Amino acid sequence: MITREGMVEKRGVGHWFTHLGLIIGLLFIFFPIWLAFVASTVSQPEIVRPPMPLLPGDQFFENYRKALVSGVNAPVAWMMLNSLIMALGITIGKIVISLLSAFAIVYFKFPGRRLFFWLIFLTLMLPVEVRIVPTYEVVANFGMLNSYSGLIFPLIASATATFLFRQFFMTVPDELAEAARVDGARPMRFFWDILLPMSRTNIAALFVILFIYGWNQYLWPLLITTDPSMNTIVMGIKQMFPSGDDIADWPVIMATSILAMIPPVIVVISMQKLFIRGLVDSEK
Amino acid sequence: MATVSLKGITKSFGKTEVIHGIDVDIRDGEFIVIVGPSGCGKSTLLRMVAGLETVTSGEVQIGGARVNDREPMDRDIAMVFQNYALYPHMSVYDNMAYGLKIAGTPKAEIAERVAEAATLLQLEDYLKRRPRELSGGQRQRVAMGRAIVRKPSVFLFDEPLSNLDAKLRVQMRLEIKQLQRRLGVTSLYVTHDQVEAMTLADRMIVMNAGRADQIGAPLEVYANPQTEFVAGFIGSPPMNFLPADMAHDAPPGAVKLGIRPEHLTLAQTGTAAKVIYTEALGAETLLHVDLANGTRATVRQDAIAPHPKEGETVHLAWDAGNRIFFDSEGQRC
Repeated sequence: MITREGMVEKRGVGHWFTHLGLIIGLLFIFFPIWLAFVASTVSQPEIVRPPMPLLPGDQFFENYRKALVSGVNAPVAWMMLNSLIMALGITIGKIVISLLSAFAIVYFKFPGRRLFFWLIFLTLMLPVEVRIVPTYEVVANFGMLNSYSGLIFPLIASATATFLFRQFFMTVPDELAEAARVDGARPMRFFWDILLPMSRTNIAALFVILFIYGWNQYLWPLLITTDPSMNTIVMGIKQMFPSGDDIADWPVIMATSILAMIPPVIVVISMQKLFIRGLVDSEK
Repeated sequence: MATVSLKGITKSFGKTEVIHGIDVDIRDGEFIVIVGPSGCGKSTLLRMVAGLETVTSGEVQIGGARVNDREPMDRDIAMVFQNYALYPHMSVYDNMAYGLKIAGTPKAEIAERVAEAATLLQLEDYLKRRPRELSGGQRQRVAMGRAIVRKPSVFLFDEPLSNLDAKLRVQMRLEIKQLQRRLGVTSLYVTHDQVEAMTLADRMIVMNAGRADQIGAPLEVYANPQTEFVAGFIGSPPMNFLPADMAHDAPPGAVKLGIRPEHLTLAQTGTAAKVIYTEALGAETLLHVDLANGTRATVRQDAIAPHPKEGETVHLAWDAGNRIFFDSEGQRC
């Protein structure tokens, strides 16, 4: 009996330590975000004068209004809209294209099927940065600088997503496709009525990942948008840093940073349930 | 409702021919079971009738018309798959209605036909459920419902019961038979289970390595197997094969003498054999015996008959009318 009590006690202590560890870790990760939030609620002199305040000030509405409406180069509200259009364009485009190409690769036998698959797979090995100069050249020749299409199209093909959907489609039993064929469904009908609803959780998981990928694009928008009205928010933060001797408007920059985090957080939270299901299991 | 004719059907995958010419004429409303061990080509044959596999040579006719080049949907068939192949994200109702919906059937008629099939299969209470919320037997019924609502002229079953447990299999077997009798639809049914084949079939096709070894009514096939393979495959426990020289009047060329376990009887005199072990199954008892020449044989006895102990020596006798001879090719002689 004694040993048993001892074990329970020990487990109880272990429990506390585990939680303590988790809480400390959480504080470490959360601290910079908290600092950014505090900095976005105080005035410029308060930030510059040490020590830096650790509790929110009274400038919250003033700073955020200033950021949203006027910003530094362009209003943040406007930059957020640009980011949203770009992120959604990239996400939806990537999902549609990769679904269709995975469908073609898995369900149709055509000459060069393997070749096409490997060609798509090969592009995984070339990140945007490697092919950025030729891509810029092409986009510039098409006259797509400073445009949404210029922001979206070069990033829209996705080998990763194609590969993931291919793997998922290959786990769908062949008999399902055959049953649909006997039921009279043409290939696209099968795709639309059966494959697409079955991929729902995978699509949700990819949506979250790709939205954050699109939202966080930095180098590409920086290169092709010279017009401040086309700036996206992530690169816009960098553009707010002063060059030379100008004084940085830190409260507004910090407010912008906080604002920039909100849409990805909303996407993650709203799709959390589907997202996790998409990562851990699939309906079959 | 329709007749089905297979004329010289062959199938090759690449250079390997897996089906070597099958000819059979199936009457309207007949229940045909294609039975054979795995890899004998029975599923491939069914899939060629369904239109899921192309026919390498020969002709598939449904209702007298050549259908080789028609899509499955244009062949007026319905198929029940081994793993049911239900659409996981659709309700039972939608699963059954899907084919009709694609065919553009009016909504009211779809509802009527699904309701009719659901009543027939006792699925009325489950129409709103998803397949994963159903038991194996219920899923099986939904798969059949999906076939029934389309009112096809031919039903195709691809090992529909092999995913069920033994008890449910017996029950569903009976239900399928009753359903087919009531609807009177020509049916092709593939199975590797010879008991299923015996109980369901009007006629059965016993397949072996891509050939139809024998086509006939179950009892006729049981009583008069044309090849050694059929004799050994149909019947459980299988037929005993003894050396042909154990019979004095064996026809020339005969190598083996086949005799069913129930046709071997214990006698005072006759071939001596040693009982190796006994299996008491309740209604009957199986004696496994070794003959003097080393051949293992099985004797089926009524449970009430006094049966010998293991290790005892018994004497076997049989009636000359119950034996069958096979030549070295495995053909009847």
